[in-house]
Amino acid sequence: MNQLIISAATEGAEAANPLVPNVWEMGVVLAGFAVLFFIVVKFVVPMFEKTFAERAEAIEGGIAKAEKAQAEASAALEEYKQQLTDARAEANRIREEARAEGAQILAELKEKAAAESARITAQAHAQIESERQAAVVSLRSEVGTLATTLAGRIVGETLEDDARAARVVDRFLADLETQNAGVAK
Amino acid sequence: MHLPAILPWGAADGFSKQMLLVILSVVIIATFFVLAARKQQLVPGKLQFAGEAAYGFVRNSIAKDIIGGRDFIKYVPLLFSLFFFILVNNIYGAIPVIQLPSFSHVGGAYVLAAIVYVTWIGIGIKKNGLRYFKLATVPSGVPVYILPIVIPIEIISNFLVRPVTHSLRLFATMLAGHLIVMIAGSGIEYLVMQENVLLKGTSVLVLAGAIAMYMLEALIMALQAYVFTLLTAIYIEGALHADSH
Repeated sequence: MNQLIISAATEGAEAANPLVPNVWEMGVVLAGFAVLFFIVVKFVVPMFEKTFAERAEAIEGGIAKAEKAQAEASAALEEYKQQLTDARAEANRIREEARAEGAQILAELKEKAAAESARITAQAHAQIESERQAAVVSLRSEVGTLATTLAGRIVGETLEDDARAARVVDRFLADLETQNAGVAK
Repeated sequence: MHLPAILPWGAADGFSKQMLLVILSVVIIATFFVLAARKQQLVPGKLQFAGEAAYGFVRNSIAKDIIGGRDFIKYVPLLFSLFFFILVNNIYGAIPVIQLPSFSHVGGAYVLAAIVYVTWIGIGIKKNGLRYFKLATVPSGVPVYILPIVIPIEIISNFLVRPVTHSLRLFATMLAGHLIVMIAGSGIEYLVMQENVLLKGTSVLVLAGAIAMYMLEALIMALQAYVFTLLTAIYIEGALHADSH
């Protein structure tokens, strides 16, 4: 038994020292690794790196896009605020103008109304004057006739003589007017 | 040690199972990542998300964190290829039926460590010229009288021991894990065949231990892929910034 083991061990040691390589196996490993290395350098690494780069670019590009959108939004807000301020100023200006215009229109209307009222007053005065004149004229003739007839009856003598009668009436009216004027004063 | 050759091809040992698995791993990794990366959608689907997570792990957690700066992207392909090449070839050891990590044979580990060794020395020379060897072996701030001791240590540790440990760490963990699982398997088989019932019953203990070891090995397989890649990143970073170390 012991002999067998010893002989097997010594035989094994002669047949195969584990540290002595098989040249053909080395060749196969070298060739196999060379092929693998070639495929990795040529295809695998470039493809993975390209994907990584594209992904990083996609993420960074997204961030840049978001930043741009934000900048645009704040610019739009600024513009909107500016427009709002402008619009307010414009509205104030228009209101101011309207107020001034309104005041002007009001003044014009007042003036016009005053002129109209003055005109109406003047017209009324003229009409009253003319009516008074007409009344005076008709009064004079009627009062004259009436008074003459009346006086004739009282006096008993007809004052049919027109010329004389007219003279009497005129003198009477003149006396009346002077009396009136004295009273008015 | 070696499994029988699949074909009587090439040298004395022929075309082994490891060779087939290595070629298969290249096909698996290339297919998966080309499919995952092909669509290039900004919002990834499931496959693309898985691919991006795996790629992002090597790119950010290893390359960017260790190498840093703007230069790291140049070394991502190498680190990425190394990590998944080693990972898939290790995980073979945890898949039933296959049950064979490719790097349980030392040849592949030597090749990868050699590629890394040439790479970081090349980067160091390209970055600093031949002064790189002085920067890498003469640490700054060390008193002159200690230098005769420090310089040989630095030369040995950086230029001689580093590639050896880099390759053997991967190879040894894979071989040991492979052996433990296989030995546990044969042990269970041996104990189950015993006539004595009590002895037969002990196979349950071995089975429990074997399952625990299998889980541990699965962890180590992933971990070694990470460690190998991480060390590569550290070596490259050391070569890039040799003057500030």
